[in-house]
Amino acid sequence: MNLSRRMFAKGMLATTAMFAFASSLPKALLAAYNKEAFESNKMADAMKAYYGTAETTESDQIKITAPNIAENGAVVPISISSEIDGAESISIFVENNPTPLIGSFILLGAKQNISTRIKMAKTSNLYAVVKAKGKLYATHQEIKVTIGGCGG
Amino acid sequence: MADKIRIRARQDQGVVEVKALMEHPMETGQRKDKKGNKIPAHFIQTVTAKANGKVVFEAYWGGAISKNPYLAFEYNGKSGDQVELVAVDNQGQTFNGSTKVR
Repeated sequence: MNLSRRMFAKGMLATTAMFAFASSLPKALLAAYNKEAFESNKMADAMKAYYGTAETTESDQIKITAPNIAENGAVVPISISSEIDGAESISIFVENNPTPLIGSFILLGAKQNISTRIKMAKTSNLYAVVKAKGKLYATHQEIKVTIGGCGG
Repeated sequence: MADKIRIRARQDQGVVEVKALMEHPMETGQRKDKKGNKIPAHFIQTVTAKANGKVVFEAYWGGAISKNPYLAFEYNGKSGDQVELVAVDNQGQTFNGSTKVR
């Protein structure tokens, strides 16, 4: 009892200290890891947790380069490029994954062209969302998965 | 720590393309072992990229980035730039790597 209370107090202190530290950092580095968004089980919830809204505008200025059929869901190569003025970040959502938010890439001077490899549990739409000047732009592509990449 | 980040960076017409490979299990926390016990989540959550000490790119990841993550991005730069990547996972471990832009 006593121990856990002390641990809790210690945790609180650490959290407060971190806050004080974080608020002294420049804004660009403030965007901390958004645990809630990454742990959301529905795409709309993940988007709301991450951006504050799930409303996006369809855009043909975003290009997804990905296979139409992924034989191995554990390794699906994805490239996303866009030409949206003032783009701040590019995020990837896979609608049918247990946790749809895959990753977010913050362009602090970097160009609008990123590549990575992701896991897909099953056939799903993949959404690329670009945030620019406070607005969200999106495009999507269906990727068929032969063998899922999230199971045991 | 054996886990490291391998980086290649090449400049072409003022654009530097950075390609990185990281050694990491990227466990989602949703898989089970043969006995049915959950395998604890272990994945990289943040990657920060600097060019000559200035942050140019950041990535936030969930567990659905593939094992031994691959990451590529581009920024406006030049040959000789010092590119450094730092990755931090959900267990607080830090990995880094650096290279000079060719």
